[in-house]
Amino acid sequence: MIKVRDLYKSFDGNKVLKGVNFSIETGEAVAIIGKSGSGKSVLLKHINGLLKPDSGEIWVDNKLVNTLSFRKLQNIRAKMGMVFQAGALFDSLTVGENIGLALRRLTKLRENEVLERVQSSLIDVDLQGTENLMPAELSGGMKKRVGIARAIAIKPDFLLYDEPTTGLDPVMTDIINRLIVKFQKINSITSIIVTHEMRTVFDVSNRIIMLHNGKVQFDGTSEEIKNCNDLAVRQFITGDSSLVC
Amino acid sequence: MQLLFSPIIAIISFFEGIGRYVLLMTSMFRSFNRWHKYISYSIDQMIIIGVKSIPIIILTAFFSGMVTSVQSSYQFSSWIPDWYVGSVVGESVLLELGPMITGLVLTGRVGATIAAELGTMRVTEQIDALESLSFDPVVFLIFPRIVAGIVMFPILVIVADFFGIFGGWFTASYTMDVTSFEFFKGFRTWFHPWDAWFGLIKAVSFGFAITSIACYYGYFTKGGAEGVGKATTLTVVISCVTIVFLDYVLAVMFL
Ligand SMILES: Nc1ncnc2c1ncn2[C@@H]1O[C@H](COP(=O)(O)OP(=O)(O)O)[C@@H](O)[C@H]1O
Ligand SMILES: [Mg+2]
Repeated sequence: MIKVRDLYKSFDGNKVLKGVNFSIETGEAVAIIGKSGSGKSVLLKHINGLLKPDSGEIWVDNKLVNTLSFRKLQNIRAKMGMVFQAGALFDSLTVGENIGLALRRLTKLRENEVLERVQSSLIDVDLQGTENLMPAELSGGMKKRVGIARAIAIKPDFLLYDEPTTGLDPVMTDIINRLIVKFQKINSITSIIVTHEMRTVFDVSNRIIMLHNGKVQFDGTSEEIKNCNDLAVRQFITGDSSLVC
Repeated sequence: MQLLFSPIIAIISFFEGIGRYVLLMTSMFRSFNRWHKYISYSIDQMIIIGVKSIPIIILTAFFSGMVTSVQSSYQFSSWIPDWYVGSVVGESVLLELGPMITGLVLTGRVGATIAAELGTMRVTEQIDALESLSFDPVVFLIFPRIVAGIVMFPILVIVADFFGIFGGWFTASYTMDVTSFEFFKGFRTWFHPWDAWFGLIKAVSFGFAITSIACYYGYFTKGGAEGVGKATTLTVVISCVTIVFLDYVLAVMFL
């Protein structure tokens, strides 16, 4: 369970989050949408403690994340896979080492089990045989999938995706959407998918939260959002810039 | 109003920067008790920072030694014997040229590399990714680089000293009327072991200054590729100024 209470965050006077509230039950797949720069990535980074709030609370499984020390955060992070926008693969390590690094740090697997898990995670994202490639040799879509493999390899309870399909072609978008749905179903993971692609939203989530002006503008199901009359929401899902809000 | 405030804001952000630098270094030093976990990364960095810099250090030190030799003999008037060249070369290389050349060359070679590397890792979210895997990025990225700097700079300065003096001797014995015996007689007459030690103290301080400044700018990079460029430039500029400044402060303190 993830709960965010009255989250405020600003950077050098730029107020990004101005009182965000929501909670997500175990096993839910929630899409967080909003314009570029609306603070979606910032919000996601608060959930696994990469950023500290100016004020407010972030609860993960009844632990108050924002007050935990680096060491205590490790227990939360060992259950939480994070997929970064452009993959964020370590470019001095091979694909296999990227995934292995996560496993060696966050799990108690033995060395041969680590190697097996690296293989099986790569198979999960349809990239078998790439473990000796360097990140620089991969296409954008492959990097994102390796990023996903690194996140799921630790068999997390929570998966946080930051724009998993942004900038990809429609076929690759579909592949990644299916992956997200697959991991969601198999392990009843709690997932948060940050995106501004409506296709991904409707494909992978059963609940949508929209950030607007630093607050939650909408929180509901995909049926509800299609019938929502709020201007900001309508503008976003239809992509109609002539609507004024 | 604008004119009045902008220098004040500049001063405030200058001290803010120093504060952040001190905090970063504090958390780096606090991780020293876990050094054994990170020693292998330090060794990697020692190879990158140290071993790979040897050729450029040899080249620059050798030429500086040669120039010192030529210029001192040019400046000596007729009543100073040419074999004094050995002492001038020895003293200036050990005290000033060796550490200074190493410092300035490595600002470009090592400082810029570290800043660009960490800056790229920051803007491509690799540092966030490390942290999300429960690695402490300060310990994992900064500690090994600074340790490598502190360990390798004195070694590189010794190399520079050696080749600087060698360069001075080379010029003196092949283009001037100074025999090897006379050159080293001059060298020994005014040689104080303390001068060599002082050069090494400088080396350690320069090593720390360059690597820590580069880590600071790299680690706090923001704003994409442009930000990485800015971080790299700032690293080189600030490191050069710091080295020259440290050079003076240490001379006042120890000589
Ligand atoms: N580390 C940071 N330092 C300063 N400003 C930041 C930082 N991270 C994000 N911001 C700012 O916060 C705002 C929201 O950014 P972000 O969460 O990345 O938006 P998005 O919704 O597109 O993911 C932007 O204006 C961005 O410039
Ligand atoms: Mg974002």
